[in-house]
Amino acid sequence: MTDRATEQPNLELIKAVKRYDGLQVLHDISFSVSPGQVVALVGHNGAGKTTIMKLLLGLIRPTEGTVRVLGHDPAGSNAAEARLGMGFLPETVSFPVNMTGREIMNFYARLKRQGRKANDDLLEMVGLADAANRRVKTYSKGMRQRLGLAQALIGSPRVLLLDEPTTGLDPTLRRSFYDTIMSLKDDGVTVLLASHALSELETRVDRVAIMSNGHLMADGSMAELRQRASLPARIRLTTGDGSAAMAAERLQGAVIRHVNGRTVEFDCPSEDKMELVRRVTDLGVTIEDIEIELPNLDRIYELYQQAELPS
Amino acid sequence: MNALLAIAGQEIRDGFRNKWIVAMTLLMAGFALTLTLLGSAPTGTVGANSLLVTVVSLSSLTIFLVPLIALMLSYDAVIGEVERGTLLLLLSYPLARWHAIGGKFLGHLSVLTFATVVGYGSAGAVLLIQGTETETGNWFAFGAVIGSSVLLGAAFLAIGYLISTVVKERATAAGIAVSVWLLFVLIYDMALLGLLVADGGNGIGPTLFNALLLANPTDAYRLFNLAGFEGVATFTGTIGLTANAEFSPLVLLGVQFGWIVVPLGLATWLFQRKEI
Repeated sequence: MTDRATEQPNLELIKAVKRYDGLQVLHDISFSVSPGQVVALVGHNGAGKTTIMKLLLGLIRPTEGTVRVLGHDPAGSNAAEARLGMGFLPETVSFPVNMTGREIMNFYARLKRQGRKANDDLLEMVGLADAANRRVKTYSKGMRQRLGLAQALIGSPRVLLLDEPTTGLDPTLRRSFYDTIMSLKDDGVTVLLASHALSELETRVDRVAIMSNGHLMADGSMAELRQRASLPARIRLTTGDGSAAMAAERLQGAVIRHVNGRTVEFDCPSEDKMELVRRVTDLGVTIEDIEIELPNLDRIYELYQQAELPS
Repeated sequence: MNALLAIAGQEIRDGFRNKWIVAMTLLMAGFALTLTLLGSAPTGTVGANSLLVTVVSLSSLTIFLVPLIALMLSYDAVIGEVERGTLLLLLSYPLARWHAIGGKFLGHLSVLTFATVVGYGSAGAVLLIQGTETETGNWFAFGAVIGSSVLLGAAFLAIGYLISTVVKERATAAGIAVSVWLLFVLIYDMALLGLLVADGGNGIGPTLFNALLLANPTDAYRLFNLAGFEGVATFTGTIGLTANAEFSPLVLLGVQFGWIVVPLGLATWLFQRKEI
């Protein structure tokens, strides 16, 4: 536990329930994010990620429970104050196509009671400095996405809510996007990312919250989730010519998934993997390569998607 | 307040950029000039005052054109932004919801006012250049047509905002807007006339009839312009007969304001409660 965890959380949902015309879209969600934390919210389409974002923005009210952002009720009378410290990137971002990027930034800066000065830096940061005076009509999807990101960063918000922020970004831009997020995190900004891009998230976020059908299925660091999921590690051996079958035979206790001429793929409990590696070297067959794949977010995610829903 | 003006400014700027304003102004100027120039042909130069003829023509034109333009501008205002996802982003900013709807209304009203003043004003300018001699009172009537046309536009903008706030889909809003236009501009008077004929003058007294006239913003507009000014009334023929003495221009203006404030107020109230 860091010191920050004991601070007042920037984002908090307490037993939040949301129903639309009798259809329950969120079930008893309790969840909080402290300053300087980056949390990923993952889940299938319709799992409730965007609903949580809307609750945090005060665009909808919880049917039951409490929502607090920067110490305020985001749908209450001090909502504007809370929103002054927030930045939001919606899932589908669109702008008036006949405005230039700079005009759009000026407009949003004015709404956030900020000067125009910082806009150039923000446009530069997302790589739109050269396109700032062009109309949005001429922008590619990725450029619009980056403009969306730039507007979310206006006024150095203390809380960032980003819904699918990396869609339409190429790998270089993705990396620079995460670099930006990391430097914001170091400044104590709270970041909540809703995303499907699981593989790029797991090394970059402090915590992952997995949603399914309106339930919060799991919430913890990658290490905690791995442990709780107790998924096996997956090990792939590349043997000398033709001895894969022999190796598989001698590997007692391991669950063999696949044997193919030179390679054997098998699962073993994560905590036993060192023991197994030791045994592999004693198998008496030539081992040319060994790959150990720890359970990644994709597999953990799959597990929770298939899990029984709490009734 | 700043947010309100920022949103209004954005709307006006967008109106200029996407050529909406230019198209509407040209359309209105085109119609107004045609009516002015052709309208003076039948009256010739003898007796009839070409400015007053223009006033009558322009008010007839307004009844068809202005509500249509206003509804086209406004039916999309809320639901369109909901569907494009721009409203979600806008409302995530530190502003009150009435800022958003009020700012957009203010922007749209400015666009409409610009088109009306410049479009109709061009007709007045042509008459001035032609050296039309007329009393000052007639220019007052001309100004009143422009002003009340803006009010009529505002009323239909407000109705359009209400439609746009209530519906769940953009296509529905478009359908309702067209129906509203047909109802108020074309069907209402005919239905009223039919009702009078069928009734044979038994049930519907003058009081009810007058109330029914005020229940339609275009009729209030018509009464204000065609019967409100003495000089104008002589040119309007039978239209001017109705309820001439019943309503003072002030009452008619009040009704027009009511047609702006009530739908817009209702739209704002519903918008505050809308879950985006």
